[in-house]
Amino acid sequence: MRCRVGLVSYGAVLAALLFSSCSRSSASSTMTLTITGSSTIAPLALEIAKRFEVSHPGTRVEVQSGGTSRGVSDVRQGLAQIGMVSRALKADETDLLPVLIARDGVAMIAHSTNPVSALSKDQVVSIYKGETRTWDKAGGPARPITVVNKAEGRSTLEIFLHYFGMAAKDVKAQVIVGENEQAIKTVIGNPDAIAYVSIGTAEFEKQHGAPIKLIAVDGVVPSTAAVADSKYPIARQLNLVTRGNTNDLTKTFLAYANSNDVADLVESQHFVRPTR
Amino acid sequence: MMSRTSLSRSTSSDQLGRGLTALTGVSAALCALVVSAVILTVVSGAWPALKELGPKRFLFDTGWHPAEGLYGMAPIIVGSLAVVSGAILIATPFGILSALFLNFYAPRIVGNLYRSALELLGGIPSVVFGLWGMTTVVPLLRRIHSPGSGLLAGSLVLSLMIIPTFASLADAAVRAVPSSLYASSLALGLRRWHALWTVVLPSARSGLAAALVLQTGRAVGETMVVLMVCGNIPLLPKGLFDPIRTLTANVALEMPYALGIHRSALFVSGLVVLMLVVGLMVLVERVRTEE
Repeated sequence: MRCRVGLVSYGAVLAALLFSSCSRSSASSTMTLTITGSSTIAPLALEIAKRFEVSHPGTRVEVQSGGTSRGVSDVRQGLAQIGMVSRALKADETDLLPVLIARDGVAMIAHSTNPVSALSKDQVVSIYKGETRTWDKAGGPARPITVVNKAEGRSTLEIFLHYFGMAAKDVKAQVIVGENEQAIKTVIGNPDAIAYVSIGTAEFEKQHGAPIKLIAVDGVVPSTAAVADSKYPIARQLNLVTRGNTNDLTKTFLAYANSNDVADLVESQHFVRPTR
Repeated sequence: MMSRTSLSRSTSSDQLGRGLTALTGVSAALCALVVSAVILTVVSGAWPALKELGPKRFLFDTGWHPAEGLYGMAPIIVGSLAVVSGAILIATPFGILSALFLNFYAPRIVGNLYRSALELLGGIPSVVFGLWGMTTVVPLLRRIHSPGSGLLAGSLVLSLMIIPTFASLADAAVRAVPSSLYASSLALGLRRWHALWTVVLPSARSGLAAALVLQTGRAVGETMVVLMVCGNIPLLPKGLFDPIRTLTANVALEMPYALGIHRSALFVSGLVVLMLVVGLMVLVERVRTEE
């Protein structure tokens, strides 16, 4: 009983701290920068923003996700100074100026004991549509293929579907996972599985001894280096966009987000830094 | 009540008593506040989807495809119920038999060892069960039927997760049966197993039922285990090896990147889990007051 009372008072103190920190931040006269858009970029932008606020006292950066289209429209309407756009700008978006801060690539992976190390685009589509059900049709053993897919809303799923020209409903999977790590664990535990994950995560796990292999698609071997050089096709740009006539704070932030000061943050989110 | 009167009598200072009254009152109020806040958050989060789509579409849409605006939750609800029923089916006989073993068959030393083993098992976090299920149970099942993850794997690992606590509660329920009942039935010439089956177990019925419902609630709310071993495909399962997605896994999988109505639909998922758990709690109260 005493323990519970202690816990509750601890909670009360915590709540009080939370409230006080909220009121502190709202009642300040600092310069504020608002960034909205893609939920893929938001976690990275949030990390960059935190570090930016520390190294640039008196500034405040607010990051809100809401999808790439919200980023574009918010910047156009002036609701946000910077929009997060997780693709290349379209032809009708020439009023916006992009700054490429990272690339996001997706690699097909399988168990390291699987003899298959390359697939064609059509083979991957056929496997994910449930038309090819055994590995022997792709040059492997006569074992059933376990298709691992990502949960709806994940950016890796979007890149995958976009590149292979499929709709979410077309995919006939046996396992659906959330995080990249979960996909890799599923493949490690199931030598018949095929999955796709962020290239950064796959390379990291493989270097640390996970029994997985990265599968070449249409002859292109996936690697972060290939993504950085934009030679790897299953990838997309992660852009910060503005309307051009930016204030000093926005300019400083864009330069910061593109600098070596945040290189480790880009990598920790399993994105790839573009080569310049 | 008892403890409060004895406390105020035994302490010389009334101030301490009043202080404790206030402290306990405040902590109780805080707990009630948090529970209400959680329920309010889930309901208000689910409201936009319920208003825009209507409850019917959640039941009758053809499948769960948020990207295409389809939010059929029926396969997910069935998946949840199926995996929990399977786990309860497996756990119930084990729990009851181990309670009988502890009280009537086990030598004292073995019984004490077994009790502490159960307590230890009950304290293992569910993510550890999930990890073990993913790396051991699923590969074993895969030898029988690829890919191994699915309804059966989920029920097996879930049952292993709830057996320890259920067995402990069942042990307490059986122990609470007056020993005179058992002794008199033996004196009347019943064999041991017959006495246990026809006298002891029926007397422990309400305690066992309450324990079972409590564990069902725990299984319904479990997330990590089912997320890791069930395959998470939102389709109606047709066999034991078919993959399923539970309501909890649905939230855990899609919430991080869900927006708008999709996000709200996930709150509906959470609301259904909440309603199931509340229903089970009401059932426990019923069973207990029956006694």
